[in-house]
Amino acid sequence: MPVAQTWTRMKRSWELYVIVLLPVLYLIIFKYIPMFGVSIAFKDYNVVKGIWGSPWAGFKHFETLFHSPNFPLLIKNTLIISFYALIAGFPVPIILALALNEVRTGFFKRSVQMITYAPHFVSTVVMVSIIILMLSPHVGVVARLFSFFGMTNTNFMGEPGLFKSIYVWSGVWQEMGYGSIIYIAALSSVDPALYEAARMDGASRFKKIIHIDLPTLIPITVILLILSLGSIMGVGFEKIFLMQNPLNVSTSEVISTYVYKVGLLGANFSFSSAVGLFNSVINLILLVVVNFIARRLSDNSLW
Amino acid sequence: MLRTQKIKEPIGDRVLLAIICIILAAITLSVLYPLLYILSSSLSGPNAVVSGKVWLFPVDFSLKAYKSIFHSTQLMMGYYNSIIYTVVGTLINVAFTVMIAFPLSQRGMPGRKIIMLLMMITMFFDGGLIPTYLLVKQLHMLDTRWALWLPGAFSVFQVIIARTFFQTSIPAELQEAAQIDGCRDFRYLISVALPLSKPILAVMTLMYAVGHWNAYFDALIYLRSEHLFPLQYVLRNMLILNAADPAMLAGTTQKLRDQGFEQVLKYALIVVACIPVLIMYPFVQKHFVKGVMIGSLKG
Repeated sequence: MPVAQTWTRMKRSWELYVIVLLPVLYLIIFKYIPMFGVSIAFKDYNVVKGIWGSPWAGFKHFETLFHSPNFPLLIKNTLIISFYALIAGFPVPIILALALNEVRTGFFKRSVQMITYAPHFVSTVVMVSIIILMLSPHVGVVARLFSFFGMTNTNFMGEPGLFKSIYVWSGVWQEMGYGSIIYIAALSSVDPALYEAARMDGASRFKKIIHIDLPTLIPITVILLILSLGSIMGVGFEKIFLMQNPLNVSTSEVISTYVYKVGLLGANFSFSSAVGLFNSVINLILLVVVNFIARRLSDNSLW
Repeated sequence: MLRTQKIKEPIGDRVLLAIICIILAAITLSVLYPLLYILSSSLSGPNAVVSGKVWLFPVDFSLKAYKSIFHSTQLMMGYYNSIIYTVVGTLINVAFTVMIAFPLSQRGMPGRKIIMLLMMITMFFDGGLIPTYLLVKQLHMLDTRWALWLPGAFSVFQVIIARTFFQTSIPAELQEAAQIDGCRDFRYLISVALPLSKPILAVMTLMYAVGHWNAYFDALIYLRSEHLFPLQYVLRNMLILNAADPAMLAGTTQKLRDQGFEQVLKYALIVVACIPVLIMYPFVQKHFVKGVMIGSLKG
């Protein structure tokens, strides 16, 4: 395009530039400056000298991280929790959507949807309080159920071996309904003629699910899978941090909670930035690799 | 007489449908039961809750826990703060989202792709906790309300949804007609595009508002003064760190406290914290299904 023409078009859309100015400034200040601020991971941060004035330290903080006795445990916990959450949490919304798709629209369907979506709107603090109350020894409803069936009563939240399951399954409970919306939306786009044709050919309900519904869901499933694999190292801070207690910390300490404790509570800014940066880089690599594989295997990819 | 005969579904299909309905009912009950249990416990007497007599309905009905909650200035302060954070924060969010999504939806604007790229990069890579914290500190926003409003001024995901909506759901002819009548971009946004985007604005408002109402993490890292704490932060202290406000227990007898009144209090706190969201929820539920659909299918 000739420069003059672009210039006229730019002049014509001056109002758009005025509108977009504030958000772009926001992006630069609040997203890009911290991105460059990551350089403190390679420095010895000094409060007086600030980010730019502190002396360079090279890869010192990364070496400290890799040699730290906590490192293998952090990686292990982060990966196990993420994969566990992915494997347990990914299929449930799909199954829920497929099941809901079979039921005719009416009071039953609407109530199921309304009730299963609701927990998504419960805050993390309240969610964790619910978990703690329900699981508290002796008075919690789960503990009572256990003793009702004659099983031994334990302090669930203080049991390191149970932490991951509690975290993952409470997450499934909270997010399955909301997570199914996107699949329900995809299923509603199926051409009704397909179902009619299948019926004419004598396909059973089950066959219709297998041969029409499931293939419909593949593209969106692949995209969501790429996204969740790409953030596998970025396991949520908020819920884990609230569920942590001194008894279960051996299985509940993940990278993000470690960054918070060392960095903000311990005021060790450079070291914890290095940990955070290490985490982001792994995530980015994973995202690119998974996207590449998905593009090779199917036509679905993020870019 | 004309009689229409319905094609009978094969037996296998009906069995499958029955199984599906049973599964759905089981899932729904498993979601509903804990919620009902919490509500019932909050309305029961402390003795009944602690000794495990409450299963589904309130036992020894009492509103005492709710009455004590209103004595807590900490909690009321938290409520007040959360309302401020939510209202102002959501206004900022919606304004910023529209301000970047609308120009990005205008195909005639040079530089549109660069802004889009600038925005998409932040989705996959960000500075992380510490650099962002240091920035907020440098801007002297630590321990002010701005720390909870500005750093997350819009979400890229919502911008993409809004941009897609502007692009696909508003007929291009409308803009041409408006332009011929001499309506420029700003006027077009205010008088044509926004009034036509009410459903998407409703979803966006809900999502942002719920996000602000439920957030505690920003308060945890940026705020120090007690009079600024939002509700969720106060709740965390009371429910998870077990630091009950003495004012809540002031009006109770020692006997009641021995029976486990604090336990009932916790259930009541959970209910009170969820009320605003639950009141909003049924009215907007229809819309957000639509919002997710726009974002997922046309994106």
